[in-house]
Amino acid sequence: MSSSMKITLKVWRQAEKNARGRLMTYSVPDVSPDMSFLEMLDMVNNTLVRKGEDAIAFDHDCREGICGTCSLYINGRAHGPLKGVATCQLHMRSFSDGDTIVVEPWRASPFPVIKDLVVDRSSFDRIMQAGGYVSVRTGGVPDANAIPIPKAVADEAFDAAACIGCGACVAACKNSSAMLFVSAKVSQLALLPQGNAERRQRAERMVAQMDAEGFGSCSNTYACEAECPKEISVSNIARLNREFIRAKVL
Amino acid sequence: MSQTTSLVKSSIGQKLLMALTGLFLCTFLLEHLIGNLLLFINDGGVIYDAYGEFLSGNIVIRTVEIGLFLGFLAHIAYGTTLWLRNKRKRPTPYEQNNPSANSTLASRIAFVSGSIVFIFLVIHLKTFFTPLRFDATHPSAYRLVTDAFQSPWYVGFYLFALFLLGYHLRHGFQSAFQTLGWLQSRYKKLIMFFGFIFWFIIPLGYAIIPIYFLWSHMTGGY
Ligand code: HEM
Ligand code: SF4
Ligand code: FES
Repeated sequence: MSSSMKITLKVWRQAEKNARGRLMTYSVPDVSPDMSFLEMLDMVNNTLVRKGEDAIAFDHDCREGICGTCSLYINGRAHGPLKGVATCQLHMRSFSDGDTIVVEPWRASPFPVIKDLVVDRSSFDRIMQAGGYVSVRTGGVPDANAIPIPKAVADEAFDAAACIGCGACVAACKNSSAMLFVSAKVSQLALLPQGNAERRQRAERMVAQMDAEGFGSCSNTYACEAECPKEISVSNIARLNREFIRAKVL
Repeated sequence: MSQTTSLVKSSIGQKLLMALTGLFLCTFLLEHLIGNLLLFINDGGVIYDAYGEFLSGNIVIRTVEIGLFLGFLAHIAYGTTLWLRNKRKRPTPYEQNNPSANSTLASRIAFVSGSIVFIFLVIHLKTFFTPLRFDATHPSAYRLVTDAFQSPWYVGFYLFALFLLGYHLRHGFQSAFQTLGWLQSRYKKLIMFFGFIFWFIIPLGYAIIPIYFLWSHMTGGY
């Protein structure tokens, strides 16, 4: 497919954290359907730089859906229109010639905008620092079957561990709740023997940090699961609720 | 970092309170419906009035009633606080947002459906509870019901409120079990089944009452 598309972009531009931002309109000719969404933004930026204008700031790193750095609220959806896909894996063939595409940063008070489309997600890092780890060295990789773990449990832990910490769950949630992220991080450790020992403190501390960072409280709309690029299941949220209640009550 | 919060101050603890009070209110819905089915006994309200007398005279019922009021109060107070706090978490709204692509309307407007149910409750209590409990004349409960449901407007409002109650519970019932951490288990089908009874069958059961009495009135019964 070589037919090129013409796209109208409406992008949130904001000079710095405390500046007022607004949507700016850019007309983008010659978009190839084979370009990724971020390559399309690269192309726009090249044009802007050549004109001596400020490039659009946006986050990206691996561009293969594994690092969790990319973000973007595209046409009212976190990571754009596709299911189970991060923005870096979204291609322009998902849009049509003549489309207007609105691009905004994640919106949540614990994710303040730094510039344009880049938000500060260090609140997630602080939640991880509060308990998202195993605090002793558990050694190298054990021999296969040295620690028997049922396949179903291993699969569940692995599915939870697929969370890349992108923050789309918060961005899509009407309450700006971080429960899907925190529950994935609590689950991946609580399900396995190495993480089991500290499950109590982990749930308590990570939830306390989550609340302290100012994330909203979950009202089970399940928007997070629907928009998560790694399709993390809300069954992890049920598990986090159990872990937390158990830690507090029992 | 050894910071923790107490259960009642934590976001999960507050949701737990919403879930427990919500499910407590559900048990009341069931009891209240069963009691009111006595209206359909064709005896001119003798048994129904006796049931009403029993309710207002019984010390156990009076105690449970206080629990019920507190339950409503806590549910509404926490629901409103959480809703207000959650709204403040996104000071800059999205210019374009498409929430219907990822969540149900029932889940997003639980506060609105609950609030209209609350308005309904106030009117409902004023029509039935206050005269039955506080009027020195001891009116007949059966008469109060048949009189109230002669007005198509009043009945219309009831049906609207019951629809919203069902809508509230369509989200709320399963949501409470998710909050408790029990939804995503082998009991999910059972929970969804009970949920169906609570969000569909019970509101429908209530709806039959005003419809029946309005119908009887219009066809010349009362
Ligand atoms: C008979 C009346 C009612 C029943 C049986 C009921 C039941 C429930 C249940 C089971 C939940 C789910 C709890 C959870 O998500 O963990 C809930 C949530 C909620 N209720 Fe009610 N409720 C009633 C009336 C009200 C009223 C009068 C209000 C007034 C504001 C209200 C506001 C809310 C709110 C804000 C939520 C949280 C919804 C969410 O998760 O986003 N409810 N209710
Ligand atoms: S749960 Fe999903 S949406 Fe949330 S941070 Fe992890 S990968 Fe991103
Ligand atoms: S850039 Fe790494 S996940 Fe998108």
